[in-house]
Amino acid sequence: MSKRPGPGVPRPYSFPASIEHSLANGLRVAIVPMSRLPAATVLYTADAGAERDDAATAGAASLAAQALGEGTDTRSAAEVAATFERLGGELVADAGWTHAEAGTTVLSARLPATMAILAEVVQQASFPEAGLERLRKERLSDLLQQRAEPRGLADDLFASVCFGGTDRYGIPAAGSEQSVSACTGDTLRAFHRARHTPRSSLLIVSGDVIPDEVIRLAEASFGAWEDREPPVTTPRTVMMRAGRGVYVAHKPDAPQSEIRVGHASVERTHPDFMALAVMNAILGGVFNSRINLNLREERAYTYGAFSSFDWRRHGSVFEVSTAVKSDVTADAVREILREIDRMRHEPVQREELSLAIDYLTGVFPLRFETTAAIADAIAFREHFGLGRSYYDEYRTRLSRITIAEVQRVAETHLRPERLQHVIVGDARLVSEPLAALDLGDVERLA
Amino acid sequence: MQLPIHTHVLANGLRLVISPDRTAPIVAVNVWYHVGSANERPGRTGFAHLFEHMLFQGSEHVAANEHFELVQRAGGTVNGSTWIERTNYYETVPSHQLALALWLEADRMGRLLPAMTQEKLDTQRDVVKNERRWSVDNQPYGTWWERLPALAFPPEHPFHHSLIGSMEDLDAALLDDVKEFFATWYTPDNAVLTIVGDVDVADAVSLASSTFGGIPRGPGRPATPSTDIAPRVGSWIRDVVEDDVMVPRVYLAFRTPPFGTPLHAAAAITTAVLGSGKGSRLHQRLVREQQLATSAVAYTFDLARGSDLLILEVTARAGVDAATLESAVAGEVDALAREGCTASDIERAVALTTTEFVTSMQSAQARADRLSQYATYLGDPALLNSQVARLDAVDADAVTQFARAWLGTDNRVSLVFVPRAGTEAVA
Repeated sequence: MSKRPGPGVPRPYSFPASIEHSLANGLRVAIVPMSRLPAATVLYTADAGAERDDAATAGAASLAAQALGEGTDTRSAAEVAATFERLGGELVADAGWTHAEAGTTVLSARLPATMAILAEVVQQASFPEAGLERLRKERLSDLLQQRAEPRGLADDLFASVCFGGTDRYGIPAAGSEQSVSACTGDTLRAFHRARHTPRSSLLIVSGDVIPDEVIRLAEASFGAWEDREPPVTTPRTVMMRAGRGVYVAHKPDAPQSEIRVGHASVERTHPDFMALAVMNAILGGVFNSRINLNLREERAYTYGAFSSFDWRRHGSVFEVSTAVKSDVTADAVREILREIDRMRHEPVQREELSLAIDYLTGVFPLRFETTAAIADAIAFREHFGLGRSYYDEYRTRLSRITIAEVQRVAETHLRPERLQHVIVGDARLVSEPLAALDLGDVERLA
Repeated sequence: MQLPIHTHVLANGLRLVISPDRTAPIVAVNVWYHVGSANERPGRTGFAHLFEHMLFQGSEHVAANEHFELVQRAGGTVNGSTWIERTNYYETVPSHQLALALWLEADRMGRLLPAMTQEKLDTQRDVVKNERRWSVDNQPYGTWWERLPALAFPPEHPFHHSLIGSMEDLDAALLDDVKEFFATWYTPDNAVLTIVGDVDVADAVSLASSTFGGIPRGPGRPATPSTDIAPRVGSWIRDVVEDDVMVPRVYLAFRTPPFGTPLHAAAAITTAVLGSGKGSRLHQRLVREQQLATSAVAYTFDLARGSDLLILEVTARAGVDAATLESAVAGEVDALAREGCTASDIERAVALTTTEFVTSMQSAQARADRLSQYATYLGDPALLNSQVARLDAVDADAVTQFARAWLGTDNRVSLVFVPRAGTEAVA
């Protein structure tokens, strides 16, 4: 058996079709029947993510979403948790950048009771002062804990360096110590009232369900929710920081340096998205990418080195991230910069392109095995505004990307003159070698 | 939930488990070798895991890292992991690429050594040392997963030592160790191969037989140090560790009956009563009511021999001292034993645990990994189909009895992390 077996005949795959229905109050319902196991995910989503709160009260979106679990007009927080969990599903309520969500996965026989309690939580959340205060303190405690957590600290410092500390994107989605402290109960109630409305929301039900029954359940449980006009939101532009920067956050005797290199970039709906996805896979998006093979398999600097785009509605963060021993920190940064330059200046090999495209199109069905993964995918399609046919066309669009396009987007969107470099590590060991790279002054971050 | 589960044993001892599911054109391949850190020799801690890295460095017909490339090109995902009693390797691929995934696993099961070189070992040794720095040394509380087993199991016990290994032992690993470890443990008769997803059972058996059938049987598992151990710790062992953290964290652990024994279902439900979900006893009391903690969870290691560990992990809220937190955690355990488990506790815990079990089976790879686990540890993958019934059968009395018998002060290990002097945070 020395000969590698070739592929068999592929069986076709389509992203599961959804049935959409709108209630009279404007709430839309997306239903995705899937029959693998007797399970169902029910996910309430609202255009009430961190994109929608203000820099001054950043974190309000996340706290307001979490507050949905803090009790209703008729149930305490403890009763809400117990009601969900007796049905077998933990209520998960939070907000990311694009949207707020509250939902769970249960055995499909328990869907009616689960829809009822979810509808109660969404429409009758009582936002009690004591619960809000506890959520705020927990977030502040998490932020404090993060100061000693090199990875999270590097991520937050990097976003702040890329966008500046006053742009909303420069502050974590769940808020900073200052902004969370500024979120009063009234802030959260006002945010909730303004942003959690039927017409801003999409209810997603995926799994072993009968669509007509789901529609009846949705009418019964969400039909009486009062419609409200959401506030007008003015489109925003993201300022990309000009000029390079090198920053070191000092962690005495750190066993490793956490490294972030990158810059602010374009929005999720940019026409170059597909080509950027392919380019990123080649550069550092997968195990056999250039950056990981160089830093891990060739030089053994690290356990892993990857590049990514953190997509948001009006921009993104392109970053290369890795963790290396202090004595090779500057060497690792130099290799990362070399790989970015090479991506911009040399056309990728045909084999690299086909590897990236075959991988991205091949794993597409693997991403959607569970009811929860399907519900998440529908939520992102909706709240990024990607369009109904997005997943149906995804693989075809991706497979059309050419070598020339990869090089064009690398030249256009990788900007060496704007790269920010954040290192969380022992400044006494890494500052001088970093300065010797001649990228600019090495600044210390407090 | 009744999954179709078919088993077949090849002449060389390789056990096959096949569970077809034609809903999507996806197939999961999952190999468990019945060897983990517990099988390491003294002076070679971390070797089972280092060896796992070497299995991605190529085999007779596969170049270094080509395994990743071929699976990636096929549109699949691939990885492996090492645990105390086992090591697993797995691919999920579009179903028309099943033959490739099986062939890659067979080439390294049968023909690994021609590809092994000193240079590859040296590189992976450095990668693993960086993995250790990343996941243990430079991570708040990161040393917990070597400190806790070291407290719960005595020095001579195979579960005592570090899974990721010490830097010294990693440095000491030789190419000859790779050869010996491979010959001893990576044999078809010490492995389970599970295939889940878009396959026909007869086709899968025939393909697996032709791909793996020529690999010779191994010499048999060597005698290893006994995993026998007193069922309870015998006292309350405590260790307080200063770490680079901002808030304290408490791990409170108990020796409990091994995975697969009749009491393990009660252990699982007791774990959920205490620490699954926001309705759990620990979360309700410590996070919500007393506001001493920001998170409180519980889990088991699922060790199949000697003794399992049941672990409560509670992180303090800023300003709460470790001693207060530790006594509050222990207080909740005492309260469960003293007052007993309620009907509401049991309804919640059983519903959460069984639902989580069923919904996790949606993923072909998660299903395959469970089947390999049951086949490797218990000898019968079909036991998976009765697991929900075993969990369902646990009642409030069983949890009360379990807490009284196993969570007492004669069977506790506390590992308490506190901020280094001078860094204690104020609320």
